[in-house]
Amino acid sequence: MSSNAQKSGFGATVWDYITSVDHKKIAILYLMSGGLFFLIGGIEAMMIRIQLMKAGNDFLSAGTYNEVMTMHGTTMIFLAAMPLLLGFMNAIMPLQIGARDVAFPFLNSLGFWLFFFGGIFLNLSWFLGGAPDAGWTNYASLALASESHGIDFYALGLTISGFGTLISGINFLVTIINMRAPGMTYMRMPLFTWTTFVASALILLAFPPLTIAIFFMVFDRLFGSHFFDVAAGGNTIIWEHLFWIFGHPEVYILILPAFGIFSEIFAIFSRKRLFGYTALVFATILIGFYGFMVWAHHMFTVGLGPTANAIFALATMIIAVPTGVKIFNWLLTIWGGSVSFATPMLYAVGFIPSFVAGGVTGVMQAMAPLDYQLHDSYFIVAHFHYVIVGGVVLAIFAATHLYWPKMFGTMLSEKLGKVTFWLFFIGFHLTFFIQHFLGLMGMPRRVYTFGADQGWDLFNAISSAGAVFMALGVIIMLVNVVLTTVKNERVGNDPWGDGRTLEWAIPSPPPFYNFAQTPLVRGLDTYWIEKMEGNKEGMIYAEPLGDIHMPNNSFLPVVMSFGLFVASFGALYHPDDLPWTIPVIVLGLLITFGSMLLRSLKDDLGFHIHKEDLIKDREGVKTDGH
Amino acid sequence: MDINKKYTPQSWPDHPETATMEGKNKFVGFWLLLAAESVTFASLFATYLALKDKGPSGMEFTAAELFELPLVFAMTMILLTSSLTSVYAMYHMKNHNFKSMQAWLMITVLLGASFLGLEIYEFYHYVHEGFGYTNSAFSSAFYTLVGTHGAHVLFGLGWFIALMVRNAKRGLNTYNAPKFFLVSLYWHFIDVVWVFIFTVVYLMGVIG
Ligand code: HEM
Ligand SMILES: [Cu+2]
Repeated sequence: MSSNAQKSGFGATVWDYITSVDHKKIAILYLMSGGLFFLIGGIEAMMIRIQLMKAGNDFLSAGTYNEVMTMHGTTMIFLAAMPLLLGFMNAIMPLQIGARDVAFPFLNSLGFWLFFFGGIFLNLSWFLGGAPDAGWTNYASLALASESHGIDFYALGLTISGFGTLISGINFLVTIINMRAPGMTYMRMPLFTWTTFVASALILLAFPPLTIAIFFMVFDRLFGSHFFDVAAGGNTIIWEHLFWIFGHPEVYILILPAFGIFSEIFAIFSRKRLFGYTALVFATILIGFYGFMVWAHHMFTVGLGPTANAIFALATMIIAVPTGVKIFNWLLTIWGGSVSFATPMLYAVGFIPSFVAGGVTGVMQAMAPLDYQLHDSYFIVAHFHYVIVGGVVLAIFAATHLYWPKMFGTMLSEKLGKVTFWLFFIGFHLTFFIQHFLGLMGMPRRVYTFGADQGWDLFNAISSAGAVFMALGVIIMLVNVVLTTVKNERVGNDPWGDGRTLEWAIPSPPPFYNFAQTPLVRGLDTYWIEKMEGNKEGMIYAEPLGDIHMPNNSFLPVVMSFGLFVASFGALYHPDDLPWTIPVIVLGLLITFGSMLLRSLKDDLGFHIHKEDLIKDREGVKTDGH
Repeated sequence: MDINKKYTPQSWPDHPETATMEGKNKFVGFWLLLAAESVTFASLFATYLALKDKGPSGMEFTAAELFELPLVFAMTMILLTSSLTSVYAMYHMKNHNFKSMQAWLMITVLLGASFLGLEIYEFYHYVHEGFGYTNSAFSSAFYTLVGTHGAHVLFGLGWFIALMVRNAKRGLNTYNAPKFFLVSLYWHFIDVVWVFIFTVVYLMGVIG
C-alpha cells in the first residue's frame, strides 16, 4: 500500500478515517460517536424528566419508562462517558509522553470499532421489538423475567463493546510502559497520563468479570443454562457480585481520567506547578487499589450479614481519604496562583464543590444502617449524578474546550463556552440537589410515576425545570462547535499561552507522526521548563532528524467487529426456533476469526517517512500523510 | 526492521522475542492480557464453586459420582507434557534452530489435540449419561468453566498451526520470533489453568 499518496475528496476522507490507525484520528472518531450517544442519552434523560414533571403523568407508559430509564443509564455510562474519555486519552496521552503513536495502532482501531458496533447493536433494540428494561445494572432476577429481546441486545451489545474497551485498556498500559520519550520517568508523567494509566489498569481487571456475568446472562436467556435460575439450582446473587466487582471500579474508570483533566487545568490556569504532585499520583494509585475492595456497598440490603456489611462499609469510607487529599491539592494549586478564569477553569472550579457534595453523600451511603434508609430512593440518584455529572461530565466539557484547539486547530468561542457553563452548572444543581430531599421524603427510584397526594409535585417540577437549562447549555455548545468550525481561525502550538506539557510544544493539530524528532524530557512540566529557559523551540531532542517508521492503515478492524455484530443477531434470535440463527452465528464468527487469521498471516511492516519529507514539512510545504 | 534479513545462530539476538520495539510491546501487552484472562477464569471458578452440586430438586448428578479420575489424570499428563515440549521448541527458537523448533511444536500440537480429543470424549460420555448443559446450574457451571478452557486449547492449536504453516518456508526472524514466543506463553497459561481445574473441579469433586 503506498503511504504518502495524496488523496482528497469527501469519500477519501471518510475512508481514511474508517481505516485509520492514527491515535489522533481514532480520538476524533471516539469524540463523534461518544458525542452522538451522549445526545441520545440526553434525549432519554429529558423524556424521563418530562414524565416525572407532574404527578400521574402519562407521557410514557410504565413499560416504556423502564426502557427509557435503562437505556439512559447504559448509554451514558458505556457509550457516552467512557468513549468520550477514551477519546481524550487517545488524543492527548501519546503526545504527553512524547510518543509517535500508541503501542498497538491496529488494536486501537479495533477497540474503537468494537465499541461502535456494540453501541449500534444495543440501540437497534429500539427498532427490533423493544429496548432492555431491567436497569443499567440488569439484575438477573428482573432480567430473566423480561420478555422482549431487549435484555439480549443489552447483553450482546455490551459484550462486543466491552471487548473493545478491554483492548484499549491494554493498549494504553503498554503505551505508557514502553513508549515514553527518553527522560520521561514515571514521576515526570503529567497527571492526565497517570490517571489514564491507573484507569486502564482498572479496565484490565474489572471488565473480565462483567464479560463473564453477561456471558452467563446470554447463556441463561438464549441457550438454556441455569446460572441465575433458582428453580434449577442457580443463584441470582452471583450476577450482583460479578456486576459490582466490575461496577465499582467502573465508576473510578470514569472519575480518575476526569481528575487527570482537572489536574492539568488547575496547573495551566493557575500558572503554577501542581501542588503535591507526588501525593496526587499516590492518591490515584490508592483509589484504584481500594476501588476493587468495596463492591458490596451496593449490596448492603441484599442480606450478606453484619460482618460483611461492616467490612465493606469501612473499606468504602477509607476511599474518601485519598479523594480528600486530591481536593486539597487542587485548592492549594489555585492558592497564590495567578488565576485566569477561562472556560476550562470555570468547569474545574465548579467541579470542586459539586464533587465534594457527591462524595459526602457517598460516605453517608457507606454507613450500612443508614443505607437501608437511602437505598433505592432518589437520594441515590442524587448521589451518583453529583459524582458523574458534577465530576465526569464537567470534566468532559472542560476537556472539550481545553483540547479542542490541539485536536482541531481552532479555538471554541469563550463567550459561548461560558454561557454553556453557567446554563449547565445551574441546571445541574437545580435538577439534582432537590432530589436528595425527594429521596429522604421517600420517593423511590426507577418508578414511572407518583401520586398527587404524595407531596412530591413541586420538587419534581423544579427538578425537571433544571433539566431544561442543561439541555439549553448542550445545544449552545453544539452551536459553538459549528460556528468555530465554520470560522476556521487557525491557532498556534500553545493557544492557551500557559501550556506546561509536551502536547503544547507541537503544532495544533500535530502532524501525523507527532514529533519529527523524539523529545528529551528534563523534568515535570517539561515544556514549561524549556519556555522558562528561553528555548524558542520548546523542546530539546533525544535524536537527530531521521526516517520515521509508521504503521499502515487497515480495514480489518471494521471487518472483525462487524463479524461479531452479525454473530450477535444469530445468537439473539436463537431461542425463537428460526432455521437461520445457527448459520448466522457461524458466519459472523467466521468473518471475525477469518480476518484475525488474515491479520496474523499477512505481514504488515508499515512504511517509512523519509527525512527529506520531514524537512519539507517543517518548512511548511504540505506533504499529506494518510 | 528488515524482514528479509537472514540470521545465523551467531548473529541471532539473545532475546529474539524482545529484540524489536514491536516485540517488546507484544511481550508486555500479552502479559497484561494474561492478567485479564486470569480474572476471567477466577470469575468462572468462583461461580463453579458457588453452583457445585446445585440443581433442581431431585437432581441425581453430583461431582463425586460423576467424575472419573483415571481419564482426567491422563489428560492432565498429556497437557503437562505438551507444555514441556513447547519449552523445548522455545529453546531451539532461541538457538535459531528452526527445524527442531518446528518439530517440537508439531509434537506440542499433537499432544494438545489428543487432550482435546479426550475432553470431547469425556463430555460426550457425560451427555450420554444425561448430564447435559441445560441439566442443572451445576452442569451449566461445569461445562462453561471446563469448556472455556477447552476453547482456549482449540484457539491455541489453531494459532500454533497457523504460525508453523505461515513461516515454514522462511524460517525465523525478529518479526516472527515474538509470535512464536507468545503462543508458547499462552500455552503455558492454558496449562496452569488446567492444573487448577484438575484440582478444584476433579480432585476436590471426587473427594467430596
Ligand atoms: C467518596 C467516594 C464514593 C463513595 C463513598 C460512594 C458510595 C456509594 C455507595 C455506598 C453507593 C450505593 C448506594 C445504594 O445503592 O444504596 C453508591 C452508588 C453509586 N455510586 Fe458512589 N460513591 C463514591 C464515589 C462515586 C463516584 C466517583 C462515582 C462515579 C463517577 C459513583 C457512582 C455511583 C453510582 C453510579 C451509584 C449507583 C449505582 C446503582 O445504579 O445502584 N460513586 N456510591
Ligand atoms: Cu460503589
